Amino acid sequence: MFYIYCPYCGEHREEEEFHPKGQAHIERPKNPEACSDEEWGDYLFFRDNPRGVHHELWVHAVGCRKFFNVTRHTVTYEILETYKMGDQPSITADSQNQVAAASRQEGVRA
Amino acid sequence: MSQSNKQVHRLAKGGRIDRSRTLSFTFNGQSYQGHPGDTLASALLANGVDIVNRSFKYSRPRGIVAAGAEEPNAVVQLGSTEAAQVPNVRATQQALFAGLTARSTNGWPNVQRDMMGLVGKLGGKFMPPGFYYKTFMAPASMWMTYEKYIRKSAGLGRSPMEADPDTYDHLHQHCDVLVVGAGPAGLAAALAAARSGARVIVADEQEEMGGSLLDSRETLDDKPADQWATQVLEELAGCENVTLLARTTANGYHDHHFVTLHERRTEHLGETAPLASGRRQVRSRMHRVRAGQVILATGAHERPLVYAGNDVPGNLLAGAVSTYIRRYGVAPGNKLVLSTSNDYGYRAALDWKEAGREVVAIVDARQAPAGEWVEAARAQGIKIITGSAVIEAKGSSRVSAARVAKIDIDAFKVTGQAETLTCDTIASSGGYSPVIHLASHTGARPTWRDDLLGFVPSLVKGVQACGGANGTYALGEVLADGVEAGIKAAAATGHAATAVSLPQAKQLEQGPAAPLFQVPHEKPTLRAPKQFVDLQNDVTAAGIELATREGFESIEHVKRYTAMGFGTDQGKLGNINGMAIAARCLNKSIPEVGTTVFRPNYTPVTFGAIVGRHCRDLFDPERYTALHQWHVENGAEFEDVGQWKRPWYYPQRVNGKVETMHEAVARECSAVREKIGILDASTLGKIDIQGPDAREFLARIYTNKWEKLAVGKCRYGLMCKDDGMVTDDGVTSCLAENHFLMTTTTGGAAAILEWLELWHQTEWPELDVYFSSVTDHWATMTITGPEARKLLAEITDIDLDKDSFKFMDWRAGKVAGVPARVYRISFTGELTYEINVQANYAMHVWQTLFKHGEKYGLTPYGTETMHVLRAEKGFIIVGQDTDGSVTPEDLGMQWCVGYDKPFSWIGKRALTRSDTKRENRKQLVGLKPKDPKVVLEEGAQIVFDPKHAIPMPMAGHVTSSYYSPTLDSGFALAVVKGGHNKLGETVYLPMADGQTHEAEIVSPIFYDPKGERQHV
Amino acid sequence: MSNAATFDTRTDSAIPVESPLAYSYRRSGAPAAGPESRVILRERALLGHLVLRGGAIVLDEAVREVLGLNLPGEPQGLVQDERGERSIQWLSPDEWLVIVPGGEEFELETRLRERLGDAHYAISDVSGGQTLLELSGEAARELLMKTVIYDVHPSHFPVGRGVTTVFAKATTILRRPSEERWELVVRRSFADYCYRWLLDAGEEYAIGVVR
Repeated sequence: MFYIYCPYCGEHREEEEFHPKGQAHIERPKNPEACSDEEWGDYLFFRDNPRGVHHELWVHAVGCRKFFNVTRHTVTYEILETYKMGDQPSITADSQNQVAAASRQEGVRA
Repeated sequence: MSQSNKQVHRLAKGGRIDRSRTLSFTFNGQSYQGHPGDTLASALLANGVDIVNRSFKYSRPRGIVAAGAEEPNAVVQLGSTEAAQVPNVRATQQALFAGLTARSTNGWPNVQRDMMGLVGKLGGKFMPPGFYYKTFMAPASMWMTYEKYIRKSAGLGRSPMEADPDTYDHLHQHCDVLVVGAGPAGLAAALAAARSGARVIVADEQEEMGGSLLDSRETLDDKPADQWATQVLEELAGCENVTLLARTTANGYHDHHFVTLHERRTEHLGETAPLASGRRQVRSRMHRVRAGQVILATGAHERPLVYAGNDVPGNLLAGAVSTYIRRYGVAPGNKLVLSTSNDYGYRAALDWKEAGREVVAIVDARQAPAGEWVEAARAQGIKIITGSAVIEAKGSSRVSAARVAKIDIDAFKVTGQAETLTCDTIASSGGYSPVIHLASHTGARPTWRDDLLGFVPSLVKGVQACGGANGTYALGEVLADGVEAGIKAAAATGHAATAVSLPQAKQLEQGPAAPLFQVPHEKPTLRAPKQFVDLQNDVTAAGIELATREGFESIEHVKRYTAMGFGTDQGKLGNINGMAIAARCLNKSIPEVGTTVFRPNYTPVTFGAIVGRHCRDLFDPERYTALHQWHVENGAEFEDVGQWKRPWYYPQRVNGKVETMHEAVARECSAVREKIGILDASTLGKIDIQGPDAREFLARIYTNKWEKLAVGKCRYGLMCKDDGMVTDDGVTSCLAENHFLMTTTTGGAAAILEWLELWHQTEWPELDVYFSSVTDHWATMTITGPEARKLLAEITDIDLDKDSFKFMDWRAGKVAGVPARVYRISFTGELTYEINVQANYAMHVWQTLFKHGEKYGLTPYGTETMHVLRAEKGFIIVGQDTDGSVTPEDLGMQWCVGYDKPFSWIGKRALTRSDTKRENRKQLVGLKPKDPKVVLEEGAQIVFDPKHAIPMPMAGHVTSSYYSPTLDSGFALAVVKGGHNKLGETVYLPMADGQTHEAEIVSPIFYDPKGERQHV
Repeated sequence: MSNAATFDTRTDSAIPVESPLAYSYRRSGAPAAGPESRVILRERALLGHLVLRGGAIVLDEAVREVLGLNLPGEPQGLVQDERGERSIQWLSPDEWLVIVPGGEEFELETRLRERLGDAHYAISDVSGGQTLLELSGEAARELLMKTVIYDVHPSHFPVGRGVTTVFAKATTILRRPSEERWELVVRRSFADYCYRWLLDAGEEYAIGVVR
């Protein structure tokens, strides 16, 4: 059972108040008619399934009813950050890899 | 059988029991006596009861081994009545109360007699390691036979067959610091955290808090250690910010520090919860705790040594022997042999001797033991045999002797001649294993420490382990460890802690322990007498060796193959020994073999506590409309639609007989078609939509057009997902230029509101529009049928003239004196008015309609009649005639699709994908059975060629099917491949009973195809 | 005035009304409150409930002028008048719940709409769709701990706070208008479930119902 910080309510709330809505930052093509069947199929059906950092869309269904984004580690289930609609994540798989690489470097030096 | 009232093994003094009172209890039909403060286990030992169970696989007699949660054998069934039955209770964790009635869980028909011996021996042959898998591979049908036999003979506890008289509940707890375990480490941690002002919860699974302090030989500030525990508990009990939960097991550690604590509130008072001031108490409660920080002070479990015959009653853990003597005043035998690999084990011999019993010998695996307790034993004149171990216990129903020999641990062999020592009790200690179970629940893999010969928990952020759980065993260090954890945890939650002055513990000089797990025997493991690793599941060292020889290398595979750790005790005693044995056989180190993952629950939890109050009438919410009482009083049968209870039909008593559903529905249908019916439609979802962009939003979310819908008008709309599949439908009305009322299906209300918000918040925040649910605000009463206008005219001021209030119009006015919005829309095909009033007035309006409606034959109808009437008209029900794979075109509803709308509305693009354009998609059609008496089964598969060899190609299926009194025939809606071009063709429906029905594909509109009746 | 339809759903004639708990009282009864009652439950029925949508900047002044209360701009805020008869509660960054004595809501909505003019906002009357249950007594907090998943400890839930959260298997709006009282706003269709739940969970505190 997750404990999720709702960026609109400004506090952590129990998972039972939320619904997960799949991968975050999937934008609907502005001109759907201009999409090929394949592009449209990608938009509709294809989602990432990373082992590690993942960005998800959640809604505070029993609460403020606002949608927001969650950056979550799919192995540890740790929630690294939550942020409002329209905002970009400050933690990504890339930024995490850089941190990890940096600490490995440190290790080498030490 | 004799009455046994003598507590033969009860010591004359000592222990934390109340000798002034005597409690009678029954075990396997015999009466015994014990004292308040006893557990069932200590009382059984006091009474000299050696055999408490028969083993799972081999049916061997088994006795009590441990004194706590790790007990594998003394698993009992409680309850003197059927309703009070509780299975899988560890006697070591059950407080004794007057009248307690327990039976062995295993052992049939009787644990004392060896009637099962023969079967047990056969069972042993039947069930080598991997038995389950090997049997599964034999004819699968045999498993049922085997399983029945195994369950009956092994007995796995049974659930009561009568309703539980007790109540259970949940309590949602939130705290800064949760401390699990109230031994020395936990108490020290709790004290430090509590003094910081943090909100602290302390949970401890035992009857009394204090853990090892309660039976410790050690002193704190030169006073018995338990006095410090008492003093700390007093302080904690006085803190408003501290919740102390005794008899409470932390049984699961879930994500983000969500921990479930199972509190047994009345289990120590009786087999059902006693009354407190006339009210029944909650028997058992699940605390659902969200903690900021968690401190695991769960202590350590002693590991038994694995030697031949180590399962014969009279073999106990060394620490358990001490606990029984010091805490319960019971010495479970007369002549003790102790086999140990470490100094801690010596405690049992010292306590035994002080209790006035004979210590035959201490057998120490180390060549030159030299610690403080070793010296104490020497000083007491106890014989110490070094470099040796008990290699075999003799005896059948009780230990009669120990065979002791020199061993070489590294070479894994017996190096000297075995000596036989007569004794009735063998205590063993192979060291301690930190209790890492809860940390394992978080997914963190434990780490092996060679210096400790044990796994210590790896920890996720926000959790600490201290004391024995962290591999710290010396009392002074344990206390310091606890304080440090408490201060750290409090600080992490924003509470500065002050230093805690700790009592002085005497530093205990100790020698290093020997890495002994399985004790060698003169014979090789596979041929030696059985050396048990997992006593509950009868897994032997030989079984593990066999598994590795058969090619199982991963410990997870070995575990599943042998069933090690699969009992209700989860292998608390045996797992590490099992891993060590597997490592030896595989020539690997223990950390290379790794450990298995422990999962919730730590000890068995009664279903009552899991379910809490969510049972019986409160199992799930039942949603009622404002007219529910009327429906109940008028005999409605109810149908579940989502969580709503909707009237299904209203059976009437005709000539002294209650109508069947078929009769009632036929009557209700005829009433609507011929006169007038009334339906409570309040459950439909209603969403209030306001804003200058409301109309634009509707155009994007619905498939059809909304730009021209005028104020006062209603329109049916269809909603798709962006894959082009229909997801909901309903009528939306224009209340004002910037104001619409959307209705959704009953089941879809919440989901559609979320759907609208999703699009608004994520894709089109620039649209000025707001959505609010008004479902519960309005009650909706649908009157439908040729007489509807006449009835409504009697009680409204609205002009009902057919030319001024047309089909698909809405008007506001008063109905029965109550402000109402009346919508002229129809789901039956008849002249219909949907009357909406504020729900608090609904009953008055409904009753007024009946007062005036009687003369018109006003008939209440339910959802079943509604379904028949709408199906006759070919009106779909989303979720019944659609299943998430049906497009508007599949439904033949192109009339409801605005292909040329300027915005590419949700679902539009997908309708031009090749798959959605396919000609042989399943399309909605009507089916007319060739035999009008036949009502096709909903869900029945449709084929074009019934003579085709099986498997026949499926052409579609029936989605809705009813008998129509109007048509006097069965009829159905179905989806059929390419169905729109197959009108007039015959299809076949082969049924499970061998019959094949024939039906003709027809238009889905069976009644009034021109739609004239709703326009009158 | 924005182009929305307003509709006074109340009538002042002597037409019988039924609160959401009317059926529950008949079905489950209402245990009388006695000296041993550690929790008291009271329905404050038939109040006026309005949902206000819009930006805080848009609504703030209008609410202060028309309702005489400051719009709570912070999450979980609950503001009420001195007598506790009128209140406004933050539900989301653009949504507030206004509760006023029954019958005031239509006039309030009309006046707010007049004051707000062409601004973008929405007001929905939900008076028939929900009811307010009041809990008081020394065991009220523990009863809530059995019922809602939100932390109701006074350090976390001071007076003047309100949240939407999970109530057993339903939902509720939970508010704390004063030291002694808690308020639950429950949806009409769930009211019977909530009532039965509270009676069941409150039995050990000898819960009493004041009607």
